[in-house]
Amino acid sequence: MSDQVLSRDDLPVTTEGDVVTVRRRAQAVAQARGLGTFAVAAVTTAASELARNTLTHGRGGDASVEAVARDGRQGVRLTFRDQGPGIADLSRALAGGFSTARSLGLGLSGSRRLVDEFDIDTTPGKGTVVTVIKWARF
Amino acid sequence: MARGSIPILRVGDNLLVTVQTDLHDAVAEAFQEDLLAAIEKTGAAGLLIDVTGLDIVDSYVARVLADTAKMARLMGTDTVIVGIRPEVAATLVRMGYTMSGVRTALNVDDGLAMLPARR
Repeated sequence: MSDQVLSRDDLPVTTEGDVVTVRRRAQAVAQARGLGTFAVAAVTTAASELARNTLTHGRGGDASVEAVARDGRQGVRLTFRDQGPGIADLSRALAGGFSTARSLGLGLSGSRRLVDEFDIDTTPGKGTVVTVIKWARF
Repeated sequence: MARGSIPILRVGDNLLVTVQTDLHDAVAEAFQEDLLAAIEKTGAAGLLIDVTGLDIVDSYVARVLADTAKMARLMGTDTVIVGIRPEVAATLVRMGYTMSGVRTALNVDDGLAMLPARR
């Protein structure tokens, strides 16, 4: 990725309060980048879902909230890292729905639908890294 | 938010609760406990939950709200959730969480009109 990084905050995700902090930071950066109301709500909600996954399924980890630019477009990039158990059945987790592994299904699949770019790297027994980007409209 | 700090108002035969803080973790449980206790104490016909103050409703909070309505229903009290903001509605639907089975209204007045007065 050749995205220009304009700012970066690294935050722990080890408590319920950390989830709120990450969400608020994502919201503030999205607003500062000029994202619209719907886009701000979408990326803020995705931050909440993914931070909660890191906390509950990943047994805690950390997050980065970055202001990024690509070809003149402004956006927010969120990265969540944990050293938890990983996701054994990724395609099932991404398929989402309420019948799959409790909130993990909705958290991942729902977040994916809320952002413009979604990337996940998971290794069973090693952990998971999820990176998402939401862009402001031209 | 501390226990019991969510204001619960009586409006006729109904209860009106205004949610302005994140309903996470222990707060969510206290919220449900306080509301159900108030229903038992007052014998309220209906419950209005006003979420106008929430700029974000993630799947966890949506579930807390839907579960609260189901709990109240088991006690014989109907719930209407009012004031879901446009960006919140859009986000929940995009995520695939439509809160089916939960009654909603645009505002408190419309919500009150949906609740029958106790005979």
